[in-house]
Amino acid sequence: MNTVSANETYNYKVVRQFAIMTVVWGIVGMAVGVLIAAQLVWPELNTHYPWFHFGRLRPLHTNAVIFAFGGCALFATSYYVVQRTSQAPLFSNGLASFTFWGWQAVIVLAAITLPLGYTTSKEYAELEWPIDILIAVVWVAYAIVFFGTVAKRKSKHIYVANWFFGAFIITVAILHIGNSMAIPVSAMKSYSIYAGAIDAMVQWWWGHNAVGFFLTAGFLGIMYYFVPKQAERPVYSYRLSIVHFWALISIYVWAGAHHLHYSALPDWAQSAGMVMSLILLAPSWGGMINGMMTLSGAWHKLRTDPVLRFLVVSLSFYGMSTFEGPMMSIKTVNALSHNTDWTIGHVHSGALGWVAMISIGALYHLIPRLYGLKEMFSVKLVNVHFWLATIGTVLYIAAMWVNGIMQGLMWRAVNEDGTLTYSFVQALNASYPGYAVRVLGGAVFLTGMLVMAYNTWKTVRQSDAKAIDALAQADSVPHAV
Amino acid sequence: MDINTVRGLATLFIMAAFIALVVWAFSSKQKKTFDEAANLPFEDDEADAKSVREAETKKHD
Repeated sequence: MNTVSANETYNYKVVRQFAIMTVVWGIVGMAVGVLIAAQLVWPELNTHYPWFHFGRLRPLHTNAVIFAFGGCALFATSYYVVQRTSQAPLFSNGLASFTFWGWQAVIVLAAITLPLGYTTSKEYAELEWPIDILIAVVWVAYAIVFFGTVAKRKSKHIYVANWFFGAFIITVAILHIGNSMAIPVSAMKSYSIYAGAIDAMVQWWWGHNAVGFFLTAGFLGIMYYFVPKQAERPVYSYRLSIVHFWALISIYVWAGAHHLHYSALPDWAQSAGMVMSLILLAPSWGGMINGMMTLSGAWHKLRTDPVLRFLVVSLSFYGMSTFEGPMMSIKTVNALSHNTDWTIGHVHSGALGWVAMISIGALYHLIPRLYGLKEMFSVKLVNVHFWLATIGTVLYIAAMWVNGIMQGLMWRAVNEDGTLTYSFVQALNASYPGYAVRVLGGAVFLTGMLVMAYNTWKTVRQSDAKAIDALAQADSVPHAV
Repeated sequence: MDINTVRGLATLFIMAAFIALVVWAFSSKQKKTFDEAANLPFEDDEADAKSVREAETKKHD
């Protein structure tokens, strides 16, 4: 009797696993972030052990927050959304389980090898070749599970969120394999097959599209499902979502050259990267407006629903950082911002404000529902988390804006005789207050994640208690597995 | 043909494709299809409830 229903039900086990690990890796990744931010204020924290040096922990932080926290959030939400909107269970439970354990293995390997100093030195692609191969295998399995589920869908249409998840999965596969092409010389050392300016261009083709597809397209997939769900109304304009999709994915891939302004990259390639980055403002804002306007007629819900507040504020940060990005890609603006803390501020207004907050909002929607509850254990604590996250983000990015513009101005200041007005160390000294504010902002944001962990734990416990009650009541009915 | 001519034509092609996409997406013929698609997130509550129930029983058996 249960075999029929077993075939009909969605695989929520893997969604639960990824959802819980999103919270865990979020705390780990952000804690390492707070530590390295503190190292910039108190250099003694680098200790005399090489494993805890800023240079080794910084890639650990970026990998943990992007690929462990962000990655688990994407796996959880994409597996959930593709099943529900396709009205079909996952293509393969075995492969889905493999993607979970495989991805956790990648994260653990990263956490071991990066502090030990194994690195390709390619930003956001530091992991050495054996781990790269494991990533590729897991990613192909992910693609099979995802597209296999889309293929056996019972619904007529492929919901727009799945288009975004699909583009993210395909493009990240191409980017990862393309950028990680290397010749191994030993078990943990390889050399990239690219050299010189081409190496730099391939690196930022990867690097910027990690932002564009991993941190944008994937999270827009989250937006297109969870904002309508939480607001209880369909997306503002489905037409706009289609134009948004094709415009965004066809333009993003050309923008990476803006990371290489005033470098050895040919001038025309820099200018092309800048123009494409400016055009990118249009689809980015199209998506933001589509998400925001979904609330039209339901704005009052923001007053009472902190989960919706997370989702909507994340869209505001998205709009802000996708305006800031094109501005920074203008070569004359970039002459001021390049290599300063402004860049770090820009990244974090996207990473904390957009990626983390939309993930957190989606998880607060998802976790209780996965455990058969209507809402989190404490909606009040969700609200506390919302304010901690918002204040933390604002402190962080404001500190980096001030630092970045100040550094840019100090570095370019020249005396009448053409000598530099300030030495590098003078600019560094002037940056200290900003660095201290950054530690504070990061710590506030991290505190919010700890509140979330407590709330999640209580929610799952509450679900257990409820299920035991239900079982006790239905004691006379035998349960088949 | 000169490579730059091809590049120029590619730009025109992309622009034409974009205009065609906008015309297609905003034509009133698609309205019904899009309305159906836009409501997909709200149409599987039964299957969802069953899946949650099963996930809960499996855990406690």
